[in-house]
Amino acid sequence: MSETAMDRIAKATPPRVARRIKGFSDRTIAWIFVAPTIFLLLAVNIFPLIWTIRLSFTNYRANRPNAELDWVGLRNYQRILNDGDIWQTMQATAHFLFWTLFFQVLIGFALAWLINRKFKGNDLWTTIIVLPMMLSPAVVGNFWTLLYQPQIGLFNNIVAYFTGADPTSFSMIGDVALAPWAIVIVDTWMWTPFVMLICLAGLRSIPDSIYEAAECDRASKWRQFWTITVPMVLPFLMLAVLFRGIENFKMFDLVVQLTGGGPGNTTTLTSIELKREAFEKWRTGYSSAYGIILFVTVFGLASIYVKALNKVKER
Amino acid sequence: MKTIHLLAAASIAVASGLGATRAHADELTLCWAAWDPANALIELSKDFEQKSGHKMSFEFVPWPNFADRMLNELNSGGQLCDLMIGDSQWIGLGAEAGHYVKLNDFFAAEGISMDDFIPATVTGYAEWPKGTPNYWALPAFGDVVGWTYRKDWFERPELRAEFKEKYGRELEAPNTLAELKDIAEFFQGREIDGKTVYGAAIYTERGSEGITMGVTNALYNFGFEYDDPENPYHLDGFVNSPEAVAGLEFYKQLYDCCTPPGSSDWYMSENIDAYKSGQVALQMNFAFIWPGVNADPNVGGERSGYFPNPAGPGGHFAQLGGQGISVVSYSDSKDAALEYIKWFAQPEIQSRWWDLGGYSALRAVVEDPGFATSQPYAQTFLDSMAIVKDFWAEPAYASLLLSMQERVHNYVIAGQGTAQEALDALVADWVEVFEDEGKL
Amino acid sequence: MSSFSVTEPSDRQKWIAGILVVGYALITLMPLIWILATGFKSSPDAIAYPPKVLFEPTLEGYVNLFTTQTRQTPEYLEANPPTTWYEEIVHDKGMVIAGPSRFGGRFLNSVIIGFGSTFLSVFLGTLAAYAFSRYRIPLKDDLMFFILSTRMMPPIAVAIPIFLMFRSLGLSDTHAGMILLYTAVNLSLSVWLLKGFMDEIPREYEEAALIDGYTRFQAFCKVVLPQATMGIAATAIFCLIFAWNEYAFAVLLTSGNAQTAPPFIPTIIGVGGQDWPAVAAGATIFLLPVMVFTILLRKHLLRGITFGAVRK
Repeated sequence: MSETAMDRIAKATPPRVARRIKGFSDRTIAWIFVAPTIFLLLAVNIFPLIWTIRLSFTNYRANRPNAELDWVGLRNYQRILNDGDIWQTMQATAHFLFWTLFFQVLIGFALAWLINRKFKGNDLWTTIIVLPMMLSPAVVGNFWTLLYQPQIGLFNNIVAYFTGADPTSFSMIGDVALAPWAIVIVDTWMWTPFVMLICLAGLRSIPDSIYEAAECDRASKWRQFWTITVPMVLPFLMLAVLFRGIENFKMFDLVVQLTGGGPGNTTTLTSIELKREAFEKWRTGYSSAYGIILFVTVFGLASIYVKALNKVKER
Repeated sequence: MKTIHLLAAASIAVASGLGATRAHADELTLCWAAWDPANALIELSKDFEQKSGHKMSFEFVPWPNFADRMLNELNSGGQLCDLMIGDSQWIGLGAEAGHYVKLNDFFAAEGISMDDFIPATVTGYAEWPKGTPNYWALPAFGDVVGWTYRKDWFERPELRAEFKEKYGRELEAPNTLAELKDIAEFFQGREIDGKTVYGAAIYTERGSEGITMGVTNALYNFGFEYDDPENPYHLDGFVNSPEAVAGLEFYKQLYDCCTPPGSSDWYMSENIDAYKSGQVALQMNFAFIWPGVNADPNVGGERSGYFPNPAGPGGHFAQLGGQGISVVSYSDSKDAALEYIKWFAQPEIQSRWWDLGGYSALRAVVEDPGFATSQPYAQTFLDSMAIVKDFWAEPAYASLLLSMQERVHNYVIAGQGTAQEALDALVADWVEVFEDEGKL
Repeated sequence: MSSFSVTEPSDRQKWIAGILVVGYALITLMPLIWILATGFKSSPDAIAYPPKVLFEPTLEGYVNLFTTQTRQTPEYLEANPPTTWYEEIVHDKGMVIAGPSRFGGRFLNSVIIGFGSTFLSVFLGTLAAYAFSRYRIPLKDDLMFFILSTRMMPPIAVAIPIFLMFRSLGLSDTHAGMILLYTAVNLSLSVWLLKGFMDEIPREYEEAALIDGYTRFQAFCKVVLPQATMGIAATAIFCLIFAWNEYAFAVLLTSGNAQTAPPFIPTIIGVGGQDWPAVAAGATIFLLPVMVFTILLRKHLLRGITFGAVRK
């Protein structure tokens, strides 16, 4: 509606108009506003990233700053990609990523939809549901090791109470088959509220008038849900998935505290492996290459995803 | 690549410049792990502050992050610590990378003789290379893996009778690993005072060093060797000898048959929890926990007994823990730091150290006639210290440790592959590390 | 909205929805209640086998959290009777208080770094988001994606360069360094959320202000900012939650001076083992500021993201 008016003022303000109305020109303001952000990101994110890329072609070890430094070309990359370990950790990460996103979207959306029924006190309960997200992941991971203890922990005893099984008959972090699920459960518990909040935001942004119009057309509730609710919430949901996906691909603190990557390598996610290479073996060059490979993976996936997201938004 | 070089060098130079203004000659920072004995050391050090006029401050880092944080500090030439009570395995790195000050001249000048300390602790905590009189630390805290057991359960007549019938011997602290397993099996799943109890809590932790510190107690005693005694760094046939394989298999059997469910990622503190909450009859753990067990309201005093790691078919050893105290070479207060070590080495201070719960490594203390009976666990400590063996103390020990953690945990806990495969893979990993290090 | 609206759910629907949500909330609360309760247990009760639901509350965990203790000989304990209630708790275990623990300092660091970086990332994010929303900036979409991409690098991979860089700038283990770092990490979220929000603010308002003779800058301060409060509040909550709880950078880049509480809490060691009551007490206290902050801004949180989340 105001596009044209705004275009005139905001987008194409000729410099002389701006000068006539005292103060900075629009272009100057735009730069003043954007520059600090870009500068900070360049200094604290991009500069280290470029440094990391350089290091990834060397045999540098941060614990021996005075040692002879060799350019090794692509050798670090070759070693990583030919080594079976990275595929194992990638698999563990993929399992974690897929199922946490799956459950968080499912439960988060369902909760948002239910809360949007606007029952009495929904505000209070929303706030309560959001609480786990505010805890520190490291502290959560640490405390859940206690909760998962078959003998003294809450989790097994509650499961036992409802199923009648012996609480000590299974061990969430000790069993190779259960451990990948143990980390999925904790992450889902912690971060479902995030997805829920953003879905709720999406639901509340749908104008009532659309439903009213659909009602006039005698569209069934079921049909309304699939043709109005879902498409309208989808961009929100996808943004939530984007942020959760990026975070969970980098997941470190929660899992390292919870399982330490075990049993064996079952829950050794890429970041845990990376930390071992970088800060325990001190193979800085090698770990830099590892980090770059991870970064390129997320970057590639995310750019495809953002393209899709933009398409959805344009619809 | 020069820029990186320069930047790294510059960073260290800048850091030293900053540090110079920060640390005063009369303010010392001592770095150690955050645990019971560290708190005792604060108490002990008050005497030093009084006598010397220096002010002590302490930086204690919890065990799971201790190695990461402190090695990070040392590797970056940091000046946080003037005195470092570093883990025994760091000594090679500390010496070769120049993190620690060599103490030979200081010992000679002050009349401190390493002969006055328990020999195993001198080898374990102070020497590099091992077996040579080059000292980089003063033995500060003796520690070794040993066992705690529920004496009150062992003394129950009905259990004793049943055990005797089943195994043909008395229910007593075990002398061999096989006996230990029998006892653990005997208690596993048993109903005691209305609760199901289990055999033994053993080290199984994945993230730092847990399972390695546990499994070695079986490996050593079955005949595992780190390398060929005649031919250093020659691993094949020693690390993965048939005896070593049998030792690893024993540890897995023990884990499978006789440990509490869910004990798949347990180290010092989880084992203590399990023992104190009455879940297990036996507990593997470092000796530092014994004063705490002895004082515990539920399992303390007469209810607990202690025994050294039992012998196996291939020998009788126990995994060494413990630390020596070193002066960090980046410190600006080296003289004051040396003064602290001199004070700490005095027999009366060492004796008080023991009283406060610190395991002194000074022979004058531990060989005192009253020592063995001064605490219920004192004799066990002495017996254990006589049979210690340590993990690699190479500069690359962290890489060696990581491989061992992975290979052993994969086999023992995750049940993947065979013991032979695990140890063969370990040999391959270690060979790679030593090749990278230029030692092979 | 009138009660006759077709979009208003029926009472029965509300009941069912309410029951399901409350049910979920109760399940989700259980671990939290367990943390809260463990903070008031004695050490043996915290690891009781089987777990204890009913127990005698004690402040032992909180005392342990805030003090360092040493074991003492019975003679010493007898000669130095406790004078305060907290000394008494410690005394009963055969220990004495050697001094305050480091929790207070770590907590203070968290407050400085958490709130400092939240302020900075929201401040910078608001400016940038406004510019992205209102001006024609070359390669806008690419710049936005670039900003997002800064969040994708695993912290551990860049920790060593950042560590070396901070060293040479004298920022290592300082509050300023950590604030800058967390701000940079949070900027992606803050710019993305706030831009969506700015897009939703009708441009007529500024237009009117400009016609009234305001400069662009004045229009931004006096017209846009007040409209944006909700979005800013919602963004601030998310930024604070991240900065408050961050672990990897904190554990790798800080030590004595600027270390925050998250690396500290899981590692509180009591007599021998992990001191669960103290850990739980620390987790509880550490949760409070974010919880209060969120409850204060609760209304804005929902409405903020409602307007601000996605619109491009």
